[in-house]
Amino acid sequence: MTERGDYEVVVGIEVHAELATESKVFCGCKTDFGARPNSQTCPVCLGMPGALPVLNRRALEYTIRAGLALNCSIARWTKFDRKNYFYPDLAKGYQISQYDIPIAHDGYIDIEVDGQPKRIRVRRVHLEEETAKLVHAGDDIISSNQSLLDFNRSGIGLIEIVSDADMRSADEARAYLTKLRSILVALGVSDCKMEEGSMRCEANVSVMPKGSKEYGTLAELKNIASFRAVHRAIQYESARQIELVRAGGRVSRETRHWDDARGETAFMRSKEQAADYRYFPEPDLMPLEIAPGWVEEIRSGLPELPDARAARYVGQFGLPTSDAAQIAESRELASFFDSVCDALAKAGQAQAADGPREAAKWLVGDVSAALNAGGIELSQSKLAPELLAELIGLVGSGKISGKIAKSVFEEVFARGVRPGDVVRERGLVQISDAGELAAIVKRVIEANPGPVADYFAGKERAIGFLVGQIMKETRGRANPQETNRILKEELAKRS
Amino acid sequence: MSGNASARLCDMTVHELQGMLARGQVSSREITCDVLARMDEVEASIGAYVTIDREESLRSADAADAAIARARRDGDLGSVGELAGIPVALKDNVCTHGMRTTCCSKMLENFIPPYDATVAERLRAAGAVIVGKTNMDEFAMGSTTETSIFHVTRNPWDPGRVPGGSSGGCAAAVAAGEAAAAIGSDTGGSIRQPASFCGVVGMKPTYGRVSRYGVVAFSSSLDTIGPVTRDVHDCAIMLNAIAGRDERDSTSAPDAVPDYSEYVDRGVRGLRIGMPKEFFGPGMSDGVRSVVERAVRALESAGARIVEVSIPLVEHALAVYYLVATAEASSNMARLDGIRYGYRPEGRADVDVADLMSLSRGQSFGMEVKRRIMLGTFVLSSGNFDSFYGRALRSRRLLKEEVERALTECDCLASPTAPTVAFRFDEEPDDPLAMYLQDIYTTLANLAGVPAISVPCGFANEMPVGLQIMGRMFDEGTLIQVGRAVELGSGIGGRRPVVGGCAK
Repeated sequence: MTERGDYEVVVGIEVHAELATESKVFCGCKTDFGARPNSQTCPVCLGMPGALPVLNRRALEYTIRAGLALNCSIARWTKFDRKNYFYPDLAKGYQISQYDIPIAHDGYIDIEVDGQPKRIRVRRVHLEEETAKLVHAGDDIISSNQSLLDFNRSGIGLIEIVSDADMRSADEARAYLTKLRSILVALGVSDCKMEEGSMRCEANVSVMPKGSKEYGTLAELKNIASFRAVHRAIQYESARQIELVRAGGRVSRETRHWDDARGETAFMRSKEQAADYRYFPEPDLMPLEIAPGWVEEIRSGLPELPDARAARYVGQFGLPTSDAAQIAESRELASFFDSVCDALAKAGQAQAADGPREAAKWLVGDVSAALNAGGIELSQSKLAPELLAELIGLVGSGKISGKIAKSVFEEVFARGVRPGDVVRERGLVQISDAGELAAIVKRVIEANPGPVADYFAGKERAIGFLVGQIMKETRGRANPQETNRILKEELAKRS
Repeated sequence: MSGNASARLCDMTVHELQGMLARGQVSSREITCDVLARMDEVEASIGAYVTIDREESLRSADAADAAIARARRDGDLGSVGELAGIPVALKDNVCTHGMRTTCCSKMLENFIPPYDATVAERLRAAGAVIVGKTNMDEFAMGSTTETSIFHVTRNPWDPGRVPGGSSGGCAAAVAAGEAAAAIGSDTGGSIRQPASFCGVVGMKPTYGRVSRYGVVAFSSSLDTIGPVTRDVHDCAIMLNAIAGRDERDSTSAPDAVPDYSEYVDRGVRGLRIGMPKEFFGPGMSDGVRSVVERAVRALESAGARIVEVSIPLVEHALAVYYLVATAEASSNMARLDGIRYGYRPEGRADVDVADLMSLSRGQSFGMEVKRRIMLGTFVLSSGNFDSFYGRALRSRRLLKEEVERALTECDCLASPTAPTVAFRFDEEPDDPLAMYLQDIYTTLANLAGVPAISVPCGFANEMPVGLQIMGRMFDEGTLIQVGRAVELGSGIGGRRPVVGGCAK
């Protein structure tokens, strides 16, 4: 009897990402999200009789850019094909897609799970068009007696990225998606917002006995709307399949629907019920020859990608690997971080060498926490890179303590005010002057004979109480290192 | 044909009318009124049109007259469009902004396009008066214009006979004086065969020469748009107006467009005219054969050299054509689902969306359209793709190579346009396959992408016969040149059908 742990999970992932081009892929209509329904349409994307597609060169460029960033080879010669099926959201009764010759093929993405690096192969990246959006009137699709169509989405450029079945856990699948998204966002080819539907994914899941070379029959999971859902869906589905196989059953080749509320996958259709798409070359578009010179031009214009950026942060600034990776993964965080570093360098402070590490600590710590708490993006917050740089400068120069800095940060984050102003207004400047501190220390020692006696009796902890009293007296402004030094000195005098 | 004093305006050629308009001898309103009058006289018996727009015709005629008057006053006739004031008809698969475009199908019976096809736009820009939309086989699928949902169109030479198809309305209208010229579409012979049947000139330009944007697609890789005219000179004039690159059609060619009218009078001395021997085998009616052979001899007398060439694969052309055309058609017809526009079954709010589409299509497409959709769906389906569509594409490539090779041995190819003259409604074959044989000489040009023209070259049984000239890619000029020589050599110049009781 095989145990559950004796099975290996095999996952392959298909991602659809909407291109961030200003106009649609086969017509000149705009692609703004949230525009009035059907206001961004024309005969082409409405599938009117006689209308013809014209390829948006920028969409092709974006696809090549994505292909290059995913370490793919770019086809010298390619073409579009028609994928034929009937659905009301499909304006022409076929989708212009690519069948056997994708624009990019055979690349990879490197991921890391639990410190283990792994390479996931990318089989292909192809370009196609979006369908319209169906909106079901009424409370839900069952009770709804009419559906409305919004063709604003129809014809927006879409890239499909297909991985090989190289992932062996839900964690790896999530890491792959996270990395893929960070690359696409860094490239600017897609904003990859799962909640707006500009990034969607399907997972092909199968199981096989550990060590087996033959994959099991896969199930295709649809309706996955978040990274969390991907993780849960794969875990659920692989457990379902293992249980099935252990009980002597067989997994059948089928498409299953992920129900996020119930946390289950449910049968949708079998392979036999799958449509025959009758692919054939799109006669309305000329085959494409992609000049190698153009590809090299695109390659040389690629922005710094997350992996390279993280490596730079480690090498240049000595950031801890995990901080570097976390910042580099988000284009927003990384560009914010870069700006903070620029501001620090400009300020030319002596502590600039330490500044970037401090900045990273702030970003992955307090800043991220505050953003999460507020449920907002960095760009929506009032925090500007110069403000964080100034705050780091105040700590670095000894003007305020790290502890005070945290309370200053709260105010800066909430109101967007300058840290220096907060410090001045609230009189938070750190007391580092030895004479001033010594006077306070003496006062506290005299006012607390009990704890002092405890200290001399060997209770080291009593010193903490005394420091606390000093901080109380100074409202936290006492320089902690100096305070400690002077306190010990004064106590030594009394021993 | 010029100088016929008794000719009515509606029977004159475009170049004759251009001259008279330029000289101020006639107004576009007069011409247009005469064309409308001819329609009143003969439409009941001919049935060339499905939509006639009198008011708009007269409005644009008046606008053309004003423009011509202004230009004459300023001594700058070059400023008016080449077709200013000329009444032109469009096949009803050419989208016209605000004017019903039905493809003669129940599916689009009430479809009013919110945009102009590029050809319509270019004709308007050239000043043409668009008088109406002509009858056609439903979605251009047919060779007789009988699959139209509206009515039959009768051959102006003999109302008991078909006008050919699918651009039968265009050819009949031009032959009967119901338009000075017309624009049709040709996927496998749909301009040339009706031109041959109705005794007018019809040209299928090189694929890519004329934009397809806004012309309802039948088979995208075969569809071409071209003129139907009373003579070859007019063909050149119309082609001038519509040819050229269009950014909205990716398959339109960037090649420079010459002035085709410069080719009209060049003669054929020294040209090599190839006769594909496979085209002169059995299958052709005797009447057609003798007229065509005489026309070729006339070209020889005019100084051309006749050479025999061979295109052995041509026997497969029809099969390849029907595979490619139906496959593409099955996909092109898919947008007609009744969701955004087009026919919807009435009073069926209870059906689900799949049934809605099935009912819309099932109730509105005719038999021939359904037959081709099913055939095309079958040849594209997985398991059949390689043995049908894939093989058809490969064969098509070979055919194109053979045509191109033959055209290195000569400057153009001559053949009949159709195997017979127009047949009587009652002698028409019941078997759809026999009907498909009508396209036996014409599909080759569509498969190869090369241009071809049909020019009246004589009569058999009192019915016109067309000679087809096929040329090299983008060499419409030679077709105009040779076509004009055919016209001159035929000795039938100016012969017009007797319509509406007014003999000529």
